[in-house]
Amino acid sequence: MSRVRSLVRYHSMGAIFAVLALLLLVFILVPVVKTVFSSSPGTLWDTLLDESVYLSILLTVLAGLLATVIGLVMGVPLAYLLARRQFRGKRVLEALIDVPIVIPHSAAGIALLFVFGRQFLLGKLFGHVGITFLDSLAGVVIAMMFVSLPFLIDSSKDAFKAVDVRMEKVARTLGASPWQTFFRVSLPLARKGIFSGSVMMWARAMSEFGAVLILAYHVPFFGDWAVVAPVLVNDRYAAYGLDYALPVASLVILVSLVIFVALRYIALKGEKE
Amino acid sequence: MIKVSNLSVKLGDFSLQDVNLDVESGQYFIVLGPTGAGKTVLLETIAGLHPVVNGTVSVEGRDITHLQPERRALGIVYQDHVLFPHLSVWENVAFGLKSARCPKQDIRAKIEKVAQLVNIDHLLQRKPHGLSGGERQRVSLARALVTEPKVLLLDEPLSALDPEAREKMQRQLADIHRRLNVTIIHVTHDFEEALSLGDRVAVMNRGGVVQVGTPDDIMRRPNSEFVAGFALSRNLFRGEVVGSEDNVVVNVGGARITAQTASRGTVHVSIRPEDIFISRESVRSTAGDCLRGTITDVVGKGSVIYVVVDVPPQFTCLVSRQSFGELGLKTGMDVYITIRTSAVHVF
Repeated sequence: MSRVRSLVRYHSMGAIFAVLALLLLVFILVPVVKTVFSSSPGTLWDTLLDESVYLSILLTVLAGLLATVIGLVMGVPLAYLLARRQFRGKRVLEALIDVPIVIPHSAAGIALLFVFGRQFLLGKLFGHVGITFLDSLAGVVIAMMFVSLPFLIDSSKDAFKAVDVRMEKVARTLGASPWQTFFRVSLPLARKGIFSGSVMMWARAMSEFGAVLILAYHVPFFGDWAVVAPVLVNDRYAAYGLDYALPVASLVILVSLVIFVALRYIALKGEKE
Repeated sequence: MIKVSNLSVKLGDFSLQDVNLDVESGQYFIVLGPTGAGKTVLLETIAGLHPVVNGTVSVEGRDITHLQPERRALGIVYQDHVLFPHLSVWENVAFGLKSARCPKQDIRAKIEKVAQLVNIDHLLQRKPHGLSGGERQRVSLARALVTEPKVLLLDEPLSALDPEAREKMQRQLADIHRRLNVTIIHVTHDFEEALSLGDRVAVMNRGGVVQVGTPDDIMRRPNSEFVAGFALSRNLFRGEVVGSEDNVVVNVGGARITAQTASRGTVHVSIRPEDIFISRESVRSTAGDCLRGTITDVVGKGSVIYVVVDVPPQFTCLVSRQSFGELGLKTGMDVYITIRTSAVHVF
């Protein structure tokens, strides 16, 4: 009798969890799917041919990619140090790195403006070498980088932590220098985590709205002016209403999904090998 | 050959204090001690992987205390092999040669030679994850040997293996040592490993070396209770195999004990104290030997009592307090001890 009861209890939990999970999946999927299918393929195609739309998508993808590459070059060494070294204040540093995730992104934009604006410290410094951040591609890139870097660093840090320190020790005794050890052992062994962190960073960068809006609302791009995709969706909605925003939104979602799914596929394929 | 003088290392809460070792060229040197004694830290410090607080490490007369690990030419093999999972067996073994910018044709020749030596030629194209424990350990050994290290450092190389693979690997280590005449420092917590492989043994406890000597010294003349506990609690004897059937008789200091072993000549015998049965009367058994002796010592330890019976040699037996009382055992009494053949371990 008690066995039956425990069986019921066990299965009732599974059933309730399944219902809750299903509700959540519906919540995530329905808006996305509905938006994507709200416009006919013809409308989507026409929207894509609109110069401001394709320039916007190109700008978003490119700036996101640049942000991720810079993040890789500078963030991976930081992640490695955080994974391997013990030092005073490490926990504070780790918390600081996640700050961009918790602050409102419009506020992040203001903060960046305050440092990278023409009359401020870093803004002046870069100004000397001809880089300005206000309403420029560089501005889009740093705004994207600021808000998306934690994803890359955290994921890379975990990946390095998962590499047995003794792998590196063995490599050293086998005659490899610290640099060789990093590039031949640590980095290859952490590559999956770094790759998936990069994908997350890129995706997050491309979807950034608030910080980009404040720092670089519209930027000169291929001889024209362009705004990033999230800003374009907002502009169309604010100026012309839902009917005009919808095809752009569908298109942006589609592009993001295609990139994301493709990268996930590559990552999973790499895992199997 | 390799000399460690007054070495002190501090690693978080753990420290090595004032370690002195002198290992001669071609020696098979064992560092023996319980978990947490600092054996691995000592080995890694010799390899250059921990900063030294005090003291020196020198190889062939040259002070290498502060030399980078990649310049020391010392090979290390860890307990759980630590092969590079993203590289094939071939690439694992080639790792050290590529670091040394060895020419391609030499790499091939050297790998083929070492692969034959440790019997992994058939595995070279495989990835590490599909290999058995013994195979991985041989690859790990080949990876270290191929760079022709001045000293081979082995960190519990047999501990992660199942008994069969361990015995094989143990023979292989002895064989490699003999054929290459390479100096080996081998860290272990297993006394039997130390006895059967070591030319010299250093016993470590709590970050320090407590005794250095030949295996025989450690076994017969322990200089402290700690070493004695490590060595004597297990009825360890050196003996001579007499007879040549499957069930052979080992002559242990006058007493003849039946054992099952393929070993011949001089061997070590160990019998756990709890496997020796004491009685007042002689016991007739086909499963073991019954020997007569005199109780020379009785040591109580909680609910169990160690009774030392001199046959000779002296056997330590473990009895419960209850049967100790029932048998009315006391020092000076003549008793019989029965040793089951299956409980006699020859190595």
